[in-house]
Amino acid sequence: MSGPSSYVPKLGIAKWLDARLPLPRLMYDSFIAYPVPRNLNYFWTFGGILMLMLVSQILTGVILAMHYTPHATLAFTSVEGIMRDVEYGWLMRYMHANGASMFFIAVYIHIFRGLYYGSYKAPREVLWILGVIIFLLMMATAFMGYVLPWGQMSFWGATVITNLFSAFPIVGETIVTFLWGGYSVDNPTLTRFFSLHFLLPFMIFGVVILHVWALHVTGQNNPTGVEVKAVAKDTIPFTPYATIKDAFALVLFFAFFAYFLFFIPNYLGHADNYIPANPAVTPAHIVPEWYFLPFYAILRAVPDKLGGVLLMFAAIAVLVVLPWLDTSKVKSMSYRPLARQCFWAFAVTCVMLGWLGSRPAEGIYVTLSQLFTALYFAYFLIALPLLGLFETPKKLPGSIAESVLGKMKGGSGAVVGAAASAEPNTKG
Amino acid sequence: MAEAKSSPASEPTRRDMLFLATGAMGAAGVVALAVPFVRTLAPNAQTIAAGAPIEVDLTPIPEGQGIKLFWRGKLIFVRSRTKAEIEEAQKVNLASLPDPQADSARVKPGKENWLVIYGSCTHLGCIPGGSAAGEVRGDYNGWFCPCHGSHYDTSGRIRKGPAPTNLPVPPYAFLSDTKIRIG
Amino acid sequence: MTLFRTSLAAFAAIMIGAFSAASLSPAHAAGGGTKPPAHDWSFDGPFGTFDRAQLQRGYKVYREVCSACHAMSLMRFRNLSQKGGPEFTEAQIRALAADFKISDGPNEQGEMFERPGRPSDAFPKPFPNEQAARAANGGAYPLDLSVIAKARNYERGFPLFLLDIITQYQEGGPDYLKALLTGYEDPPKGVELLPGQNWNKYMAGNIIGMPNMLNDGQVEYPKGADGKSPVPETAKQYAADVVAFLMWSAEPHMEQRKSIGRQVFIFLLLFAGLLYFTKKRIWSRLPEHAPGAAH
Repeated sequence: MSGPSSYVPKLGIAKWLDARLPLPRLMYDSFIAYPVPRNLNYFWTFGGILMLMLVSQILTGVILAMHYTPHATLAFTSVEGIMRDVEYGWLMRYMHANGASMFFIAVYIHIFRGLYYGSYKAPREVLWILGVIIFLLMMATAFMGYVLPWGQMSFWGATVITNLFSAFPIVGETIVTFLWGGYSVDNPTLTRFFSLHFLLPFMIFGVVILHVWALHVTGQNNPTGVEVKAVAKDTIPFTPYATIKDAFALVLFFAFFAYFLFFIPNYLGHADNYIPANPAVTPAHIVPEWYFLPFYAILRAVPDKLGGVLLMFAAIAVLVVLPWLDTSKVKSMSYRPLARQCFWAFAVTCVMLGWLGSRPAEGIYVTLSQLFTALYFAYFLIALPLLGLFETPKKLPGSIAESVLGKMKGGSGAVVGAAASAEPNTKG
Repeated sequence: MAEAKSSPASEPTRRDMLFLATGAMGAAGVVALAVPFVRTLAPNAQTIAAGAPIEVDLTPIPEGQGIKLFWRGKLIFVRSRTKAEIEEAQKVNLASLPDPQADSARVKPGKENWLVIYGSCTHLGCIPGGSAAGEVRGDYNGWFCPCHGSHYDTSGRIRKGPAPTNLPVPPYAFLSDTKIRIG
Repeated sequence: MTLFRTSLAAFAAIMIGAFSAASLSPAHAAGGGTKPPAHDWSFDGPFGTFDRAQLQRGYKVYREVCSACHAMSLMRFRNLSQKGGPEFTEAQIRALAADFKISDGPNEQGEMFERPGRPSDAFPKPFPNEQAARAANGGAYPLDLSVIAKARNYERGFPLFLLDIITQYQEGGPDYLKALLTGYEDPPKGVELLPGQNWNKYMAGNIIGMPNMLNDGQVEYPKGADGKSPVPETAKQYAADVVAFLMWSAEPHMEQRKSIGRQVFIFLLLFAGLLYFTKKRIWSRLPEHAPGAAH
């Protein structure tokens, strides 16, 4: 999959360029000839969808930045000016705001896909960690972007989240003051958030290139978790097979996006952010955007300020060490009956944490938050390390080709009948 | 890797039609998507509304002097011309002008004493001097652009220097003897 | 396959639960304010449009009642003639704007002067600043109403909030505002109101600074051909009309958004259909579908 390519462009000018800068070769190897496992299902289309969402966010963002004024007294009005006076400004802004949500929907599906099929395991640990870095950068970008309209939720979200850092002993107060550029969230905070919100997507883009690079070195995981054994039998070329499938999934995803964008553009937002920021009045319930809710619930589960902050960061940090926590050699949960149940319990846990993050931090909600926070960490720190030692996995198919072509033809000519016990994982 | 291809002879027409339709629809979609992105670059509604016609009172302008004002972000000169300046502008031999245009085509009939022109040099956009008293008016007693030495006459026509054309006349109309509406 | 089946089943379960629960459980009070009843707005749903006559009446109510205290600083007179809004004629908005004296300047003498309003002017504010507004209203600050219809909402509760994705319910703000405008009541026994306080059943906490401002017959509506107003001149009708106007002001391009949305959505579905068949055709070249093809 890696190594020197034997590809030689056919076109004269491409040949000329290839001899000087092997860009045509790189493109051909990465997006045309790149071998993908033939049994990928539609959950594998979300990588491409995410790439397009990043491009969409950058394009709409650049347009919005042309019309936006990063100043505490003008930000709200300038955003409304975009909505009212700029031709198709409403489209750009709703596309950007809902696009952020769509980006996170896609990234969560992408992450859970990786969790279910064990895509974080050797040899894909670096690929996985790069993904976690992208996720972190996305969270920072989304948070700072949400501050820019300078509505009530913008202002108070910024206040609450920047105050997290004050939990750290000794340096905490200094960090917060330096984040703010003043003694409270104010104009200097807004302008630096704008600057960073513009910068970070390009850093994401850079890490995405590393992510794709790492992917193309190890090759894709697949629903069986069995590595490619014979390229000719187990894989198909990226173009046209994966490209057309990705395109189909992408258009369906964009239809879903368009539904929110055009018909319920404010559904995922919060009404309070249409009230201009007011440092004298805090909204009754401060809630972050939906994609932060599970982490927000973990933050509030702990009565101790520093403890809550550390636990929230740990909730993401634990993903980094996940490749070494999961002791099972079998990647795909399709062959791990117990782990699969734990996985679904974990998925429900995340949804419950999301719901709890939207509730006020009082009474039963706090207790429930603590319970589900414990379950969240139990999945990584107890279930996955132990299951690998005790669980008896189902029999794996001999090869990818065998899992697709089944026992009748025994595509690889290997162990006939082995696939009978396997899950019927055909291509989506 | 698998070199998987069906025999090209089998039903090429239907397949080609399908591929063609899909490709065409995709291309149309991308083009349609590009339209709103480009349209956001147009002047917005507030800019357009702010560019509505403006009214200018001429009474404070003494004879022989001029004022400068902005309309749609462009500088406009309004000058009250003296009799001598009008005559000077009218008697020029048009054939000798780099951009021949009669003075009568640049003012409103019966209001020859009022000259209303855009105030940015047609060479590279500098602002010629000569509106206010004391500013250098150039060899032809009109306006002089200090950037590259373009001389305009009392009708705002280019006479000497690198500017290719006369200072253009904006759309305007007299509402009364002492009031004009620009735009 | 398993993952698909499971997620599909989970989704179906949520949806069925949502539907059945929604049809069974009546709306109930939460957080101090009663849940507002749903009004049948002309602008709801994917095909919703504003009712021009209603928006024009709503502007009249705003102008004659609300604008005494509430600014709409993001609105300009020219907006009243734009497509998808009340669509007053150019001549009408010039007349509407000219009704107001706008402070402009400074002139050559360095002084501010007053002139008649122009279409490009913003709606004039009733008070020069927040302090003046508070001073005139017993300490309460009458909010800017430009985007108020999007800045208000109420908690929908578990099954309903999911259902709203399908029903495209977006009218939480307008429903709440309309209910609030007509929700004034005498306070229950034992509740003493201070001067400047009023009791409203839909307000969170029930205490509101704004008194009841809409009364039957208060605003005169344009007459139809028969010499009578086509709609009743009641407080209820005034509330509905002015809230429709506020919704338009909060989302002035809603009609364009929905109409483009319908086209985009249909385009994407058709395109997805074509892509599906193209994908099938391409994948049919694979060996397991075409035995004997070259490997």
